Amino acid sequence: MGQIKYQLPPEEVLAPGHFACPGCGATLTMRYALKALGRKTVAVIPACCWSVIDGPVPYSAAGVPVFHTAFETAASTACGVKAGLDAQGDHETTVLAFAGDGGTFDIGLQALSGAAERNEDIVYICYDNEAYMNTGIQRSSATPFGAWTTTTPTESPKAEKKKNIVEILAAHRVPYIATASVAYPDDMISKIRKAKDIRGFKFIHVFSPCPPGWKFEPEDSIKISRMAIESKVFPLIEIFDGTDYRLSKEPEGIPVHDYIKMQGRFRHLDDEKIGLIQKNVDEEWARLCSKIVPAMQVSHAARDEMKGGRKSSRARGARGTGSAKKKEQSARR
Amino acid sequence: MKGRNGMSMRNAGLLHPSIEKVVVIEGTHAASYAVKLARVQVIAAYPITPQTSVVEKLSEIVSDGELDAKFIKVESEHSAMACCIGSSISGARAFTATSSQGLALMHELLHWAAGSRLPIVMVNVNRAMAPPWSIYVDHNDSLSQRDTGWLQFYAESNQEVTDTVLQAYRIAETVSLPVMINLDAFVLSHTSEPVALPKQELVDEFLPPRKAPFKVDASDPRAFGALIGPEAYMEMRYKLYQAMEDARRVIREVDRDFAAKFGRSYGGLVEEYMTEDAETVLITSATAVSTARIAVDELRSMGFPVGLMKIRAFRPFPVDEIRELAKRVRKIGVMDRSVSFGATGIIYQETKAVLYNAPDRPAVFGFIAGLGGRDITPETIKEIFSYLLNREEPVSEAVWVGLKTAAADRPEPPFPENSAAMKSSEGV
Repeated sequence: MGQIKYQLPPEEVLAPGHFACPGCGATLTMRYALKALGRKTVAVIPACCWSVIDGPVPYSAAGVPVFHTAFETAASTACGVKAGLDAQGDHETTVLAFAGDGGTFDIGLQALSGAAERNEDIVYICYDNEAYMNTGIQRSSATPFGAWTTTTPTESPKAEKKKNIVEILAAHRVPYIATASVAYPDDMISKIRKAKDIRGFKFIHVFSPCPPGWKFEPEDSIKISRMAIESKVFPLIEIFDGTDYRLSKEPEGIPVHDYIKMQGRFRHLDDEKIGLIQKNVDEEWARLCSKIVPAMQVSHAARDEMKGGRKSSRARGARGTGSAKKKEQSARR
Repeated sequence: MKGRNGMSMRNAGLLHPSIEKVVVIEGTHAASYAVKLARVQVIAAYPITPQTSVVEKLSEIVSDGELDAKFIKVESEHSAMACCIGSSISGARAFTATSSQGLALMHELLHWAAGSRLPIVMVNVNRAMAPPWSIYVDHNDSLSQRDTGWLQFYAESNQEVTDTVLQAYRIAETVSLPVMINLDAFVLSHTSEPVALPKQELVDEFLPPRKAPFKVDASDPRAFGALIGPEAYMEMRYKLYQAMEDARRVIREVDRDFAAKFGRSYGGLVEEYMTEDAETVLITSATAVSTARIAVDELRSMGFPVGLMKIRAFRPFPVDEIRELAKRVRKIGVMDRSVSFGATGIIYQETKAVLYNAPDRPAVFGFIAGLGGRDITPETIKEIFSYLLNREEPVSEAVWVGLKTAAADRPEPPFPENSAAMKSSEGV
């Protein structure tokens, strides 16, 4: 692993003393998200690990107001908070929906789709630890093929592929979607900052390792996150307007086998099964690459965006300011 | 409020100086105009028959710029209530409307709204629960939400819908609890009546902008609804219980303030009609009350000492009012437009429950009528009175009125054929 060449924003909004397990990806995700969004943020948290991590009454570690809401209502409650603040003249506070994969991929999908379709001006971050971890590691539709959970025991591990939530959101043609990883805080923070400045619905899908759920040592969280990216299991991308795909980091392309072997949840898999996983990863990667604009263009465009900001050009009401290509994409809506 | 002057439209007539204009509108629009007058800031709603015209009219009002509100057209009632919860915890005044299946879908979040102590106001158009599909009135939808911590009102007229929405925000924001206002499907929701709309400046005086005692505020970060252990949950529930108890006083005070400003009163939790010297009183709610007024008038003209109590507030339940009534009467009949399977009509259960520990316990009879939109006519009410006047004690916990299948406990034949029996009870 190379040397760290970036600096995190120094302010810690998230306080120590939270209730997370050691090595928890969800906690790092919140830490980085709040560094990116700042204190002028309201967090809406449905049932998930973070209902516990923030602390029981009367404690709260987040450092921003937190409204705990029902499992399937992260997006819909956040829309309400945003509308309420707007109605009272507060257009500055960022409203963050912060949910796990169960609350996003499964029970909260309808509310998420509704909010995305209405292009509600919220930031939705899904920390994806690939199962219902707060209730004790049960299968979700985000659980990958072959994984052990308490409801998919090793005798019959999960037989279905992981749901592609990013493609579902892309089909809604929301202004901004990004994937992020706790192994790349600079990338995550820059994406969440970008999301903050874009008007409309923003979705950040974060790969969030879970040591007790995936059966690995807490000190390997970052290593596993990095391997997920380098093996192409979890590509780091951005999607603008649901159609304009950009690759954030070119993976080294290490064997999926290396990633799988780090985790006890895949211990029962033989080489044949791991081969199936590798095949699926390769196919998905090829599909993704067919949508991604050439690499040179990516880096230039990404740099321009970082400099100029995309605030108004991404707003649905102000599409006309984009390039000819963007206009064409808008017209397709 | 006793006697005829308890009736809303007859209170001040349509000439009170508080009136901006009198419009002939259906019950759904009576709700919409009240939402405008209440200066609601966030509306979130999903369409369901027969609630739709509440939100259609509000869409017009908002898009015409007559009301400066955010209107979130959500993808389900569940999300509608979630949006109301979110906007209310941000400090805004929130509104939604629904009916029947939509209300049932919201059930989880009704608890969430009340548990979060948020003064959301919702109009529910009472519609029977499916299956089989029905779009017509009964009260099982809202009465099934009895224990969620929402105040519940039942409106008799379109004027009462408008006035109760305005009162509801004052009450809700005083006790920090959500309020549900119920109106009968079609009988009220789609029936046009004259409604006096009050002057905006008077409504603004009556209902000043909401001042939330707590909210999500980035300058004062707090967590709401976090995990709590057995050491404190019960105390939070006790506070909610106390707020609902306190709501009885607040409902009465707000109704008095409303009467002083707008010239109309609904008596607080109940309204009584011809009960001063009554021996037999029927308790019922919503539009059936208007029908019962006619039946009571007829029976009074025939010399029978009968009266009527309208349950306006079902939550909090009018315990004091019913106990007071029980001191004065010999028999109480309760006509429910609902049924709790395995038990009885729902208001009947509640009425009996509040009397058990009271010193005066008249005989209480339970009747179930008008389910799924079955008409409740003056004849229906007279049939019930006939039954009451013929008996000293109830022989059944649930007399189903107007049932077409053979029923063991079918009420008496229509009233006039039983005049002898009824006269015998007169002198007692």
